[in-house]
Order: sequence, then C-alpha cells, then structure tokens
Amino acid sequence: MSKRNSLMNVVVAGVAAFLLLVATPVLAADAAAVKIGNFTFGPQELKVKVGTTVTWANEDDMPHTVVSPNNFRSKVLDTAGTYSFTFTTPGTYKYFCSLHPHMTGTIVVETATGSVVPP
Amino acid sequence: MTARDEGLSRRKVLECMTWAGTGVLWTVAGGVPTSLGIIDDALAQQTKGFTFLQISDSHMGFDKPANPNAKGTLEEAIARVRALPVKPSFMIHTGDISHLSKPSEFDDAEHIISQARLDVHYVPGEHDLLDEEQGKLYRDRYGRGSKGAGWYSFDADGVHFVGLVNVVDLKAGGLGNLGDEQLEWLEDDVKGRAASQPIVVFAHIPLWTVYPDWGWGTQDGARALGYLKKFGSVTVLNGHIHQVMQKVEGNVTFHTARSTAFPQPAPGSAPSPGPMKVPENKLRSMLGIASVTFKQNEQRLAIIDTPLQG
Repeated sequence: MSKRNSLMNVVVAGVAAFLLLVATPVLAADAAAVKIGNFTFGPQELKVKVGTTVTWANEDDMPHTVVSPNNFRSKVLDTAGTYSFTFTTPGTYKYFCSLHPHMTGTIVVETATGSVVPP
Repeated sequence: MTARDEGLSRRKVLECMTWAGTGVLWTVAGGVPTSLGIIDDALAQQTKGFTFLQISDSHMGFDKPANPNAKGTLEEAIARVRALPVKPSFMIHTGDISHLSKPSEFDDAEHIISQARLDVHYVPGEHDLLDEEQGKLYRDRYGRGSKGAGWYSFDADGVHFVGLVNVVDLKAGGLGNLGDEQLEWLEDDVKGRAASQPIVVFAHIPLWTVYPDWGWGTQDGARALGYLKKFGSVTVLNGHIHQVMQKVEGNVTFHTARSTAFPQPAPGSAPSPGPMKVPENKLRSMLGIASVTFKQNEQRLAIIDTPLQG
C-alpha cells in the first residue's frame, strides 16, 4: 500500500468518525421504537417530540400492519419487518393493526417545548 | 349397580378416545347435536346425502416454526379429499388462502387445490387482501360474478349457499365487519325464499362472538343472523381461528374448521392468538378438513372434521 493511500485512509476514517460522533446523538434524540410482539404494540402509548421518527418492528410469527386512518399506513410487515414514520405535526395519533384490529396503540406528539396538543 | 349404569362406562371412554383421534360425526336434530360414531361408520351412513367439503386457512407462504411446510400439509389435505369414498359435490374455502397475498402464494394454492378436481367457492380472509390495492389481486382471481368485496350466493341441491366477506374495512378495536352494503344485499338475497330451504352461510371470521379479546367475532354478525331467523335450518361455517369449535343456537349451527397450515391456541389459553408450536408428531392431528352432508327432507346436517392424521 502506498503512503499516499494510507494517508487517504486515515482521512476517510477520521471523517467517518466525526460524522458518527455528530450524527449519533441527533438520531437518538429524534428516534423512537415500538415493538410488535404477542399481538400487542409496546409501549401501547408513546410520547415523542415533534420531528421524531418512530420505527415499528414486528417480532411476531404473524404479519401485522400499522394504520392510522388519514395519517399513515404501513405495508404488511412480516416477521422482522419494520416501518418508520416521522411525526411533523403535534397531536395524538391513534393507530391499529388492520389485520388484527384488537391491536391498538397511540403516539402522542408533543410540541418542541414539550406541551401536548389536545386530541 | 353395574358398570353399564354408570354415567361414563369404560367402553364409552374408549369410544370417546377413538373419536378424539379420528374425528367425530355430529348430526343435529331438533337443535340437539348428537355424535353418531367414528368416521368410517358415519360415512357409510350418509352415502345418500348431498356432501360438500370445507377447507380453510391454507396460508400459502407461511414458513414459521409452527409449520415450516404449509404447502406440504395442504397437499396432504387435498390427498385426503381425493381419497374420500364419496365424491363431494364441491368445496368451499373459507379464506386465508395465502399468507401475504403474493401472486406466487395464490399460484401455489391454485396448483395444489385444483388437484382435488372439484369446483371451489372462495371467500377471502384478511391475509388475502394485503396487496397494494387491498384485495384487487384476490378479486381478479376469485371474484368473478361476486358483488362488492367478493360476496355472492348460489343454490345447490336445494340448499342456498351465501358467501360473505367480513375482513374488509376493519375498525380499530373492533371485530370482523360485514358493513351496510353487504347486509342490505343479504336481506334482499334471502327475502323471497321458503323458510324450509336449508341455508349455509360461510365467511372467514366467525359470525358469532368466540373471543372478542382476540378479535374472534363479527361486530354486525347478529344483524346478518337476524335476516335468517325464519329459516328452519341455518348452518354457519367459518375459519380464521384454526381449530374446531361448534355451537348450536335455535335453528342455527355454528362451526369453525381447522386450518391446513398451523394450529392456534384455544381462546385465552396463551398470551396471544399467534401460531401454536406443537410437537412434530402432533401437528397433523390439529390440521384438517371438514365435510358437510345434507339429507334431503330431514332438515338434518352432519359435519365431520377430519384431521390430517388421527
């Protein structure tokens, strides 16, 4: 390997490390997860700040969907399937699984200052 | 007191054990279900009737631990159908033909089920309406001559058959759903018929409330049954819950068939209704088909549930 190439590698690694350092905390603050297991959404109610991306992950042996009429609708999620939605408007979002409608959940999206908009 | 006078003699217990393994024939006379005997005797007794078959919940594409080979068990079920001593008039399929509504899954189902060489009347399950356009694939393949989301009726041997769809437009927190349009159609469809005509209604989710905590019921099912009150013999055949369950209420017999793919737990016996993993050597005793026989002029119906393996 030439000297020039190895220098280049160091630079690339350095940039990557910098990006990781910057990007990771931002992602953590703006991301949240809902687990689908045993035909339930967990947590059943989740509070997030506006701008947060929520990711649902299906851990069941059966497919599920995540549907909030007029707001968002996932494709069918088979085992290990995920669906993400970014909440840009504060409010209370009720959702359910269109295959198993007894499965329901709520995402409460607060304003940036932490206040809750009444449903 | 002799052993004969006891409520449950040893012989009786042994008989019941046999039945548990091979399937039971129920006849319903005057609203009281009576078991007649094991399958072979039963079949011999009903050769003069008009027989059709029910299969359900094939879930083509399912490959999880509860049954990694749902295709294989559907093939076994169809082999059972072909081996029946009395050829049934036709078959009904009460939905969840596919697991994820993929064209390849519908193709597999069609390829295997067609080997029964019987006409098949389908209604969709919620797993059959998962394509982008929420059911277009199903309706293109199976919906010819049907109304709305796929409901229809037909007559065979004097019996009126009604196929209903209760898996569309489900509401959060709710159960299966028929909807106004379909219910109005049903009311009209049965209005002019003689009360003596036997009625068979089939749909995917049970029309009666089996277990609401798991969504096992149809919220407007009672309205459908209301339109059928005048009829002397009503049989409601469903799938969805992957186990045999039967209830008789007045002139109405409710019955659910086994799946050919995987069993589900009895209501409330597990944390969720998800696929139930059972020992490999038990699986085939929990999958199977059902046959239904009418004897004309007897207002009498017999349903035999046959597992893939006794």
